[in-house]
Amino acid sequence: MQKVTASQLIDRAAALLSDGSVSAVLGWKQGEFDYDITPAVFADEQALRDAFVWNDFCGANFSKYLLKATKKVDGKVLVFLKPCDTYSFNQLLTEHRFDRDKVYAIGIPCEGMADIDKVKAQSGDGIVSIACGETIQVTTLYNDAPVSVELADVLEERCANCKSKKHVAYDELLGDEGDVLDSARFDEVAQLEAMTPDERFAFWQEHLSRCIRCNACRDVCPACTCEKCVFDNPASGVENKAPANEFEEKMFHIIRAFHVAGRCTDCGECSRVCPQNIPLHLLNRKFIKDMNDNYGEYQAGAEVGSRAPLVDFTLDDPEAADVLDRRG
Amino acid sequence: MQVNGEFKPLIVAFCCNWCSYAGADLAGNNRLNYPAEVKIIRVPCSCRVNPTFILRAFQRGADGVILCGCHPGDCHYTSGNYYTRRRMAMLFSMLDYLGIERERTRVEWVSAAEGAKFAATMNDFVAQVTALGENKRLEDLRCKK
Repeated sequence: MQKVTASQLIDRAAALLSDGSVSAVLGWKQGEFDYDITPAVFADEQALRDAFVWNDFCGANFSKYLLKATKKVDGKVLVFLKPCDTYSFNQLLTEHRFDRDKVYAIGIPCEGMADIDKVKAQSGDGIVSIACGETIQVTTLYNDAPVSVELADVLEERCANCKSKKHVAYDELLGDEGDVLDSARFDEVAQLEAMTPDERFAFWQEHLSRCIRCNACRDVCPACTCEKCVFDNPASGVENKAPANEFEEKMFHIIRAFHVAGRCTDCGECSRVCPQNIPLHLLNRKFIKDMNDNYGEYQAGAEVGSRAPLVDFTLDDPEAADVLDRRG
Repeated sequence: MQVNGEFKPLIVAFCCNWCSYAGADLAGNNRLNYPAEVKIIRVPCSCRVNPTFILRAFQRGADGVILCGCHPGDCHYTSGNYYTRRRMAMLFSMLDYLGIERERTRVEWVSAAEGAKFAATMNDFVAQVTALGENKRLEDLRCKK
């Protein structure tokens, strides 16, 4: 269960709307299903009261939505940021992607978000409705009584390995401030590194061959904000189309991960939106881990204006061969 | 590629215009041998090499890719090869992570005065890739003849 309630958020947003300090609110509303919560822009209090949602399925990171919202809306945009979203927020500010003066950011604590696949594993298919309270109550076609699911048991992977409950950017904070956590997020990368090359190849072949090139990972990524993308350019040879063979699957994912290397805040949106459940965060975390190991600890978005490892250098960086040898 | 039943690798070498390409030239002037399997692509600076170039080379059938630039500190553009060093270290580490043999990729610093080093490096790299055999993991099979 989340520590702040939807009504707290709605009341605060309504107050700011009515005194004119913001002219739109970036928040969540229900999509087709109860667990399908989508981002939305609310322009008045009535719309907020009618449709604003805040529960255990509000995974969307709003930082990237600010790019368009701040251009479309006259006046300030109110945005709700979970701790991990604030890192992306800072990273986009570092890259001058939106105007900070046009944003009013409210930090909200987050207890982690639920992964619907894990919920389904406990409740079974045929979900009719979901109510988020102390526990998640799932009503399905095949059970007479609602199935009660604990949020802690169905956390998304990124939330189970949460890197920080601390907000690094906000104008106002609702609830209590958390801490940067000592998470085990690189354990899975280390496990993969310990495998033989053949095992790793088989692992990635199995996952990447499911890719349907829907480009959801690119579209949702707060680090992917180029207006002209290499994947939209037919001359690049990696344009938007279904991968025809093993190579194209790998090519797309290597390039995507490389383009955000050093700028990826590890918000985990790519893995969350992947319809094929490809563990894309393992590619991003590999880059983060390598950079931490070789060029010093760096967390993208921890502060505005920091230099990412790949646009920086020192005179005594390790050679490519040494980087590989060091890991053995 | 199979020639008379013997495997001959296709090696793509990206050489920077100011050091390594001149180093290759010097190797030729000095009549030093290096294998004909090495195809040199001249780039203005090792930093010009986009990771996509490397992947593209593998896609089109290269069995190994080597990137040669000026020694760190000697870059014609002052700092290009320092960026290359970080970039390629990360890319090659990622390829290794995906299960591509790490012996197929290499970064080597060769100055314009090191014709002998250029020839020795190429001989060594070609031998290394020949021992590995054909690149199957990063190749677009439609590019096969």
